Amino acid sequence: MNSVFTFFLYGVAVILLGASFKKDRNKTVLSLKKAWKMFVNVLPQFAAILLLVGLLLARVTPETIQRVIGAKSGIAGMLIASLLGAVTLVPVLVAFPVAAELLKNGAGVAQIAVFISTLTMVGFVTLPMEIKYLEKKAAILRNVLSYLFAFAAAIIVGAIME
Amino acid sequence: MIKIIKKYWFLAAVVAVNLALLIIDPKTETVTLRFAGRNVINFLFMLTPVFICVGLMDVWISRESMIKFMGVHSGVKGAVVALLLGVVTAVPLYALLPVAGVLLKKGSRISNVLLFLCASASIRIPLLLFEISSLGFLFTFARFGLNIMIVIAIAVIIDKLLSEDDKRAIYDNAERLI
Repeated sequence: MNSVFTFFLYGVAVILLGASFKKDRNKTVLSLKKAWKMFVNVLPQFAAILLLVGLLLARVTPETIQRVIGAKSGIAGMLIASLLGAVTLVPVLVAFPVAAELLKNGAGVAQIAVFISTLTMVGFVTLPMEIKYLEKKAAILRNVLSYLFAFAAAIIVGAIME
Repeated sequence: MIKIIKKYWFLAAVVAVNLALLIIDPKTETVTLRFAGRNVINFLFMLTPVFICVGLMDVWISRESMIKFMGVHSGVKGAVVALLLGVVTAVPLYALLPVAGVLLKKGSRISNVLLFLCASASIRIPLLLFEISSLGFLFTFARFGLNIMIVIAIAVIIDKLLSEDDKRAIYDNAERLI
């Protein structure tokens, strides 16, 4: 599904590039130059983020996750789940089946909800990149607020599901 | 010199840690490197069309039309456009940031950019079916409804907390990025 969407994006990019090229060759070249410049600009941070996530993932296995956020882990389990969500950079597509598996094995609904929310909304390792685009204050505020709201939402989802 | 250090210190630090671990714990480190290698390819694959589209947006979308649709005076209509733009895209946060950059550069209102960013990260219509199939209907829709409220709350709160100087700094910064 994720890759389907990526292929869709490629389709859009190719069509737009073609249309742009037909309309104005110079502008199209300029746009590609800009794309390249942007790419080179964020590359060092990307490489660093990937290595950092690799470091974390090599040590945090699914079994570990399963052990620490069980159904009876309560607020402490939610805290751990939220921190895991905030620091990991797993594609949601991978996270959903893992979350389903965890639920089957007795993980709590609130813990899973907070994990998914922080996973998608809070990016601790991508924060340096976010600061690059949004400046410090907005980027940090966005992450802190997302983190807090993830908790509120998870408690509500947990209550609804009970 | 300071500029170079500022740009590369994070990468240098992470590379140093990885090198140290390669010596201390080569077995786990191989897992790390394999993960990073596989993901570099994934990330590049995903980012290429995003950057191409952002480059094209930068060249073709005029500042005037962006301001009209999502600028400071675009009101509720601008917010709805930003929200809709967000919920139909399903790319990770890191790939959304360049798009947010070009929106800012073209004069989109900051709260609208935040709406787009947060909505796109947390509410993904293309992924809803998938979430339902793995986590169930109730779970998915409880999260979906709550997320819409949360996204709006976050955008409004940050917009209120940023001073005029903060906002100007964000726009100036976006100008330099692309």
